Amino acid sequence: MELTVESLVFLLFSLITLGGALMVVTTRNLFHAALFLMLSLFGVAGLFALLTAPFLAGIQVVVYIGAIAILIIFAIMLTPQVTAVPPTNSQWIAGVVVAVVLFALLATIVTPLLSELGVEGWGAVFTEKNPPPVPADSIARLGEAFVDPQAYMLPFEVASVLLMAALVGAVMLVRPARGAEDEAPQTGAQE
Amino acid sequence: MTVNEWIFVGLFLALAWLLPATPIILAKFLAPKRPNPIKQQVYECGVETMGNTWVQFRAQYYIYALVFLLFDVEIVFLFPWALAYNKLGLFALFEVVVFVVLLVVALLYTWRKRALEWSS
Amino acid sequence: MTDLLIDIGLSRGLAVLIAKTLGVFALATVGLLWTFFCIWAERKVAARFQDRLGPNRAGPFGLVQTVADAIKIILKEDIMHQGVDRWVFNLAPILSVMSVLLIWVVIPFTPTLIGVDLSIGVLYLFAVGSLGSIAILMAGWSSNNKFALLGAFRAVAQLISYEVPMALAMLVPVVLAGSMSTQDIVRSQHVMYLIAAPLTVLIFIIASMAELGRAPFDILEAESELVAGYQTEYSGFKFGLFYVGEFLHAFTVGLLIAVLFLGGWRGPFAEDVPALGFVYLLLKSFVGYFVVMWIRMTLPRVRVDQILDLGWKFLVPLSLVNLIVVAFLWKILPGTDSITSVGDALVPSLVLLAANILMIAGVGVLLREEGRRERARIMARRAAQPVSEPGSVADTAPAGAGD
Repeated sequence: MELTVESLVFLLFSLITLGGALMVVTTRNLFHAALFLMLSLFGVAGLFALLTAPFLAGIQVVVYIGAIAILIIFAIMLTPQVTAVPPTNSQWIAGVVVAVVLFALLATIVTPLLSELGVEGWGAVFTEKNPPPVPADSIARLGEAFVDPQAYMLPFEVASVLLMAALVGAVMLVRPARGAEDEAPQTGAQE
Repeated sequence: MTVNEWIFVGLFLALAWLLPATPIILAKFLAPKRPNPIKQQVYECGVETMGNTWVQFRAQYYIYALVFLLFDVEIVFLFPWALAYNKLGLFALFEVVVFVVLLVVALLYTWRKRALEWSS
Repeated sequence: MTDLLIDIGLSRGLAVLIAKTLGVFALATVGLLWTFFCIWAERKVAARFQDRLGPNRAGPFGLVQTVADAIKIILKEDIMHQGVDRWVFNLAPILSVMSVLLIWVVIPFTPTLIGVDLSIGVLYLFAVGSLGSIAILMAGWSSNNKFALLGAFRAVAQLISYEVPMALAMLVPVVLAGSMSTQDIVRSQHVMYLIAAPLTVLIFIIASMAELGRAPFDILEAESELVAGYQTEYSGFKFGLFYVGEFLHAFTVGLLIAVLFLGGWRGPFAEDVPALGFVYLLLKSFVGYFVVMWIRMTLPRVRVDQILDLGWKFLVPLSLVNLIVVAFLWKILPGTDSITSVGDALVPSLVLLAANILMIAGVGVLLREEGRRERARIMARRAAQPVSEPGSVADTAPAGAGD
């Protein structure tokens, strides 16, 4: 692996992503875990930027860090304090061994085997040194693809249906139908 | 090369926080440090704190965050459309109208179910 | 700058790196130092609105006042009470200021001077705006204080409620310009987008003021209600940083209004003399900043549930309708995909202006009807309330009297 600026930056962002994720699962403090999650997601955004996908980097920050992480923090606040649970149990050594063995298996045997068999997405594509450059108007093309009936129009509309279903479901879960409930007078609504 | 444009942002993130941090570090040396038990108390309008700080908060905040998340994702879908808009036909507008209307319907549903009220 | 460094003999990569680092420090320093001027301007304008003079002792016209205040606040003791989470407590104000400074990276100061002309400029603005709410949550939580936590929640609820209309308002220049890059948006404004989309500017101003936590939406720091909200436990320069962040953010909103809607550095001879473009930008952003200050000084504080209602039930549907209408008109008007001069842009802009006026009128009618209905509801409720004991002070009409 050659030592270019790009690979150094890649290393940095990978460390941020993986390090943040590791801290999320090992730290005792729930709020810190949420903050480390944000750090890890930010590392992913950096990786997207490195891959010349600025739009994805932007959405990563907007949606994951700006909305989902805040949602998670709100959820954390709504639960009683859970710092009494230790992050590890008695079997953690066995867990680490299994994880390392699995990683070694996947990296050394499974991946080359699948790439040799020509399975799409494994192996060969990742070792290309000079992938074709990303077209400058990639975001505009994405926009065109969203509304093109031959391209992604249907998933685009289905996405909105999915969002609507999510909202309706959430409202139903939190506010079950209150037909007969008395309505409190709507004057000065204080906390 | 587009990676170049992010170098500035990366450097900014890495370095610019040093500027606001410098006066804080300066204050560490210049400002007096005289802690005493009264000053160390948590502020609660001059009274002693009662109970844990981790108070259970209202579910209404969660609903606001959830509705925000949904509209956030919707806006994210609207960005590429807005960018490519000048090259698209009128049909694209109708598709996006369908997209937006579905979410507005969801918002109206939430409104009707009184899930957007501050007082639960 | 880069060429200068290359001439000295450094390799290209290193020269670029050093040049960019210097640019970073220059931008951040200018941004932070500009806050001194902003705070002074704010205090002077606020004073004049309130029929007084404002700071006028320290230095000529009180210009040195802010510097004196900054020095004083560095020398104040930094009280960290028990139970405070040190790392998060210290990071929160820095993150708050950073989230504002990061906006300055994509502002086109002149036709050639910009931090970096990101191809996703507007999306970047949206992303950076959401970092501010994280800083507030960090501040509120790490303070180990019920009031701070409560204040932080309310602040974040308000901030996220108004990010949606703000982003939708920012999408309109993207549609009109066909690009997310701020420099492109400025370049396509042969006719100011203020003329083509005034309703959008209104929505943007309202949403931005709610994002700032400024009156009339300043429930976040309503001294009479939540002490200082999420900033309660902060003292010394960390509190100063929150203050700095807020004022700088107010001016940055003015900058954004100037760039997105008032034409940025555009003006006579701006292309030939870049410095002139900078002057135009400054003037326009002061217009925006003055409007923000004006609204702040004039309107009373709005209740928190009214704020959230305004955000979700009024601004979000309005901004969606506005976006669709503007997009629709932009598509059916001829000649909108090849605008290169004022002449090309004039007719579509005027048609859009007419449509905007119609929309504003429609919204006005809607609001008036809603206001009437609300008043009728309140009157009916007052009439239905039982009369309180005789002799007590009651402002309700006797039962049955009606309106």
